[in-house]
Amino acid sequence: MTGLKLLDERRRQVFEKGSEPADFEIACGKPSLSGAVSQRACVFCGSRVVLYPIADALHIVHGPVGCAAYTWDIRGSRSSGPELHRMSFTTDLRETDIIYGGEKKLEAALRQLIARHNPRAAFVYGTCVVGVIGDDVDAVCRKMTAECGIPVIAVHSEGFKGTKKDGYKAACDALWRIVDSGETTEKRPYSINILGEFNIAGEAWILKEYFRKMGVEVVSTFTGDGRIDEIRNARQASLNLVQCSGSITALASRMKSEYGIPFIRVSFFGIEDVSKALYAVADTFKDNKDIMARTRALVSEELSVLLPQLEKYRKDLTGKKAAIYVGGAFKAFSLIVALRHLGMSVVLAGSQTGNKDDYETLKEICDEGAVIVDDTNPVELCKFMLEKGVDLLIGGVKERPMAYKLGVAFCDHNHERKIPLAGFEGMVAFAKEVHASVMSPVWKFAPRMEAKP
Amino acid sequence: MSTKTKLITEPGREVTQDACRVCAPLGACLAFKGVEGAVTLLHGSQGCATYIRRYLISHFREPIDVASSSFTEETAVFGGKANLLAGLDNISRQYTPQLIGVATTCLSETIGDDVAAVLRDRVPADPEEKCKVLNVSTPSYSGSHADGFYRAVRSLVSALTEETSEVFTQRLNVFPGMATPADIRWLKSLFKAWGLEAVVLPDYSDTLDGGLWDTYQRIPSGGTSLAAIRGMGGAECSLEFGHALNPADSAAVWLEECRGVKRLLLGAPVGVAASDLFFHRLQALTGRDFPADLSAERGRLIDAYADGHKYVSGKRAAVYGDADLVATLALFLLEIGVTPVVCAAGGPVSAFREVMKGLVPDFEERGMEVLSDVDFDHIEQATARVGVDFMIGSSKGYKAAKRLGVPLVRVGFPIHDRFGAARQRLMGYDGTQRLFDELVNTLLSHTQEATGLGYSYM
Ligand code: SF4
Ligand code: SF4
Repeated sequence: MTGLKLLDERRRQVFEKGSEPADFEIACGKPSLSGAVSQRACVFCGSRVVLYPIADALHIVHGPVGCAAYTWDIRGSRSSGPELHRMSFTTDLRETDIIYGGEKKLEAALRQLIARHNPRAAFVYGTCVVGVIGDDVDAVCRKMTAECGIPVIAVHSEGFKGTKKDGYKAACDALWRIVDSGETTEKRPYSINILGEFNIAGEAWILKEYFRKMGVEVVSTFTGDGRIDEIRNARQASLNLVQCSGSITALASRMKSEYGIPFIRVSFFGIEDVSKALYAVADTFKDNKDIMARTRALVSEELSVLLPQLEKYRKDLTGKKAAIYVGGAFKAFSLIVALRHLGMSVVLAGSQTGNKDDYETLKEICDEGAVIVDDTNPVELCKFMLEKGVDLLIGGVKERPMAYKLGVAFCDHNHERKIPLAGFEGMVAFAKEVHASVMSPVWKFAPRMEAKP
Repeated sequence: MSTKTKLITEPGREVTQDACRVCAPLGACLAFKGVEGAVTLLHGSQGCATYIRRYLISHFREPIDVASSSFTEETAVFGGKANLLAGLDNISRQYTPQLIGVATTCLSETIGDDVAAVLRDRVPADPEEKCKVLNVSTPSYSGSHADGFYRAVRSLVSALTEETSEVFTQRLNVFPGMATPADIRWLKSLFKAWGLEAVVLPDYSDTLDGGLWDTYQRIPSGGTSLAAIRGMGGAECSLEFGHALNPADSAAVWLEECRGVKRLLLGAPVGVAASDLFFHRLQALTGRDFPADLSAERGRLIDAYADGHKYVSGKRAAVYGDADLVATLALFLLEIGVTPVVCAAGGPVSAFREVMKGLVPDFEERGMEVLSDVDFDHIEQATARVGVDFMIGSSKGYKAAKRLGVPLVRVGFPIHDRFGAARQRLMGYDGTQRLFDELVNTLLSHTQEATGLGYSYM
């Protein structure tokens, strides 16, 4: 590779499809390199992502002020009822608490907040400092569970104790405790849970509507528009759909081994993947012929509306090049397919938290010459965007200004977004957004375009 | 005025609900962005750096790189020295910076890492390395982002400014505080026009509000040069904007004590009176007449005050955010006939009441409530209790304002839900003019919507 130099330690986390050595194996899942500007967050962030959308629970961050302040209402997870999740609570530890411990403060905070807000459960996120001052958060939680009569659950999410993935794991453990406290295990026929669906911009509602039309009951969504009581009922479902696999597979596996609920991995981004997901559900319930018939009708109706709409976008976008850098690799797969549908090719793809299998799959579905990166940083990202001459970057808030600085279009595909991108209508929204950015006339003033004759 | 909030008794100190401040390392990152060729390394876990970047990026809409020494469990147990050293070498290789500013986080402070000692004994992996490394202590459990900002500026000066016996007249140090890039730009061109050789620190007017790039810039160009900081000891005096800043965190105080440069402390020039004071200082320094175009600007502002006074006169406001800005805005509001009935500093500011009493001796008689170290829950309750016509401060007050049914004028940091925060102008007669226009228009638009009569004139 030419141009800017990579840090030596990063060489095994980057490759170009077609030119990597035969025995190359990507070294992913490593902690971020000290001094590199990783786009990753921390364990706490992973836990927050998964649990945050539960709207009738109290989420309190036990630690100094920052961890809570930076995560106050930063995600687009919508609720149809209570909105407790959009508030920010923290024990806001001070110097004396660091010296004498924060347990008393946490206890008092929980008591006050539970009395004031009446939540159905409370999650206590322990952050870095709590991990080193020796607070027994579990003991406080046990005490408050007994005192307040709601589950008060410690989420061990000290930032330094791993990566975002470990935060997912901690969140799954917390969720498990609620799921497992459900009373009945009687199965409801033709029913599902959707795991890893966070109802960003109301996406869960779009999906629920599809399943309603198919005649499939959605028992609970994890955790979009989530309610504690619904989560308790989750064990009554006959099937688990797992989206955003990285974050929540641990929970699905546990529900499979303990309750025998099978799970399938799905994605609701892009036409193929949505259709595939819906058919997979219908197929699982194939003893009910009506479900399959209704699914066919649904898909064909949606497609008849959707395809003509996409056509006008595809005309303009054909031949354009895209870069993708997202949190989970699974999302990247769907995006590659979806972009292909718009006539675009992906020349750079990566994720913050993918594993070896993910990168194998990524390699398979990418075109020759595509660069694939794990846990990249701004220097690398910009280097490859320029080298590959991309027209579009798909990423999150931290990547956005890099794209714009280089005069490259951008589409937000992280949890902060305000536009629903899931389902068939989401595909139209996605196409529209990509089109609006890529085709904007402002890029002609960008230095890299002006330099061209 | 309507309020739907359930009023409860004063919240206890055990919990912070919707904080009105963020943490100290963020302030340090912002300050270091204003130094040429500088990169910040946060000594702690990855998350803090990423969250802080995200928070700053959402306000400035510019790429902002902040490195982390990426603590792991081992680091937390055995100390962060190895990570810190590795981090410095990696930054130095990847960015070839002129300066690395190391700011601590709660974690590295709590485990007791002695960053200063590590830096003192450090032997760079690359013997050719020319970069200067300095550190600032920014534990967030004592202080807010504003404290981190001031401390970082002070650490820059105390680490770099050389001793000199020479004093250059017409050379000036300027510490504008957490000013917007546009205000910093304005200050710079103003000093230039007045023939003053001014060093503004920090100066992120280009790095956080610059043009597009044709190639990747590891470190965007712009910022106060290290040479300029080194030479700050030879200035005639230091102008420092602020009302509430702790002298122990002040760069100008350090320069006065250790380099003998006279410190002139004054409030940021927002409003007629504060701008007059500022320009008189400049006149005294330069011996110049008041420029005609400035007189005209001043005239236009007062004309606007006259044209708009009825829309604001007798109104009541809640002003919140960083202590210095709160004090600055309170004075401006009083100047136009608005009573800032709630003046709330989000961070723990020692003696904020005394500071406000010094500025507005009869503040109690005027019914002004002065608060510090309060969250938005507290601010909202105080505001609901006394009733206001509008709120003024960062965008984080939006939810409270919405619940209270009053309009919000967005000023300061952060502004995450509107466009153009980096270009906001507050200082000088023309900056005040824009602020006044926006304030009046916000009130007009609120009335227009609220009456539902659809008047199309005012
Ligand atoms: S640990 Fe401290 S430095 Fe890090 S985000 Fe939290 S408050 Fe800020
Ligand atoms: S202190 Fe730890 S938990 Fe909090 S943001 Fe920083 S890394 Fe994450």
